[in-house]
Amino acid sequence: MAASKLEEHPFMQATESSAEALIKVRGLTFRRGQRRVLNHVDMDIPRGSVVAIMGPSGVGKTTILKLIAGQLQPDAGSVTINGKAVTGLNRRELFALREDMGFLLQNGALFTDLTVFENVATPLREHRRMKEEEIAVRVEEKLHAVGLSGTGELMPDALSGGMARRVALARAVVLNPSIVMFDEPMAGLDPIAVSTINQLIRQTNDDLGLTSIVVTHDVEQMSRLVDYCYIIADGRIAGQGHPDELRGSDNPAVKQFMNGHVDGPIPFHYDQASGAAS
Amino acid sequence: MKEAMLSPITEAGRCALFLLRMLAGLRPGPALLRNVLQQTFLIGARSLVIIMVCGFFVGMVLALQSINALQQFGASDQVSLLVGKSLFRELGPVLTALLFAGRAGTSIAAEIGLMKATSQIDAMELMAIDPVQRIALPRFLAGLLSVPLLTAMFNALAILGAVVFSIGVMGLDAGVFWSKLQNGVYFQQDFMSGVWKSLVFGGIVSLVAVWYGFSSKPTGAGVGTATTNTVVVSSVLVLIFDFILTSFMT
Repeated sequence: MAASKLEEHPFMQATESSAEALIKVRGLTFRRGQRRVLNHVDMDIPRGSVVAIMGPSGVGKTTILKLIAGQLQPDAGSVTINGKAVTGLNRRELFALREDMGFLLQNGALFTDLTVFENVATPLREHRRMKEEEIAVRVEEKLHAVGLSGTGELMPDALSGGMARRVALARAVVLNPSIVMFDEPMAGLDPIAVSTINQLIRQTNDDLGLTSIVVTHDVEQMSRLVDYCYIIADGRIAGQGHPDELRGSDNPAVKQFMNGHVDGPIPFHYDQASGAAS
Repeated sequence: MKEAMLSPITEAGRCALFLLRMLAGLRPGPALLRNVLQQTFLIGARSLVIIMVCGFFVGMVLALQSINALQQFGASDQVSLLVGKSLFRELGPVLTALLFAGRAGTSIAAEIGLMKATSQIDAMELMAIDPVQRIALPRFLAGLLSVPLLTAMFNALAILGAVVFSIGVMGLDAGVFWSKLQNGVYFQQDFMSGVWKSLVFGGIVSLVAVWYGFSSKPTGAGVGTATTNTVVVSSVLVLIFDFILTSFMT
């Protein structure tokens, strides 16, 4: 159902490769203990697009990324990437699949015992047989793309939050993957750093022909960045479309989230029985 | 009650599976060698000072106690024999392993726990890098390599401490000291039994440290618990295995 909505969307029709979504999520259900975090979620992520997964904290946005990456196994439903099912892959197959994915985690997750250069070079050293000179060229190229040329010798603790996120972005795309997933890339950054990261995500996506998924709850920034957006509430897709369209949605949960209202169907108090806010 | 009794057994089982997973993925090569050497420097070489200082004073106090006891039987010239045998067979490997657990074991557990808390382990998994092979294995092998070498340093400094006290302070004859040591301490029985023990202890401490680091909760309190558990569990295991190994070796 959700997927057919996306197929009808002008963005999909305008996209050359819209006939086939790169990532398809069907009937995804995931429980944590007694609590059903995701309940039959359907999504299509078109090739070459930047798609946002939005929703209040703790709603399962990061869980969706982990399910797409095969880091978690769903209780029901499936994820397919480029026609290949992710669910049920063994560890070796998952690792092979992840070589074509880049990730930017919430705090950047740079390796604190390695320099900036070594952080960016790590995926190359592990997965590519490249000479030192070639590694140096590739790392410098990626650092230059995120505006951090010459920072290779710095340790992560010498970087600001925004710089660390940019290094993490360089590391995420150093293998030239086809998919990059961003988990709260703007969290805790100042407005200038937020705009910089936003611009870099868009630019990197378009320049390298990537497909990007951005998990966030920053409504303002998403309007400028993404092509399509899914809003998750109560384990389901509450709304989908371009953020500007979603502002006009009649769905009470979407309306509450987009306008930041306290009152509405998205709960505030913790519900002991379900383990979720209620 | 049943759960409390089964819990350590379950934990030991999980830890054993973790060890198997670590060893099953062992791929010798330049990358692993580089990581092992780097870790040997970080956890082994940086433990040298504490090991040497402690070794020296253990040797001194051992000589002091031995001379006091042996003097009652007019056998104070046997001090080097007593110090040598107790050091090579027992005190050297055991005390080095306990010091290593406190100095390096805690740092390994805390470092891995912190990597987990700051999503670095997650990031590694998502980059298709096995964190057990990349993080745990080099530290385990470095511990295995470091403890015998540190034990050798501990023993050497302890003998030096005994020399300083026995010959320098108590005025024992240097020739008698060294000849008793040379003739009474045997390579296979005394020296090698200590080497085997230190290898086992190195394996125990580093395995416990990487296991608690990896199984820690990704929070500040989780890292603290992992660190404490590493010292407590590895110290107890070292003493238990010391008795088991000694029983088989004598």
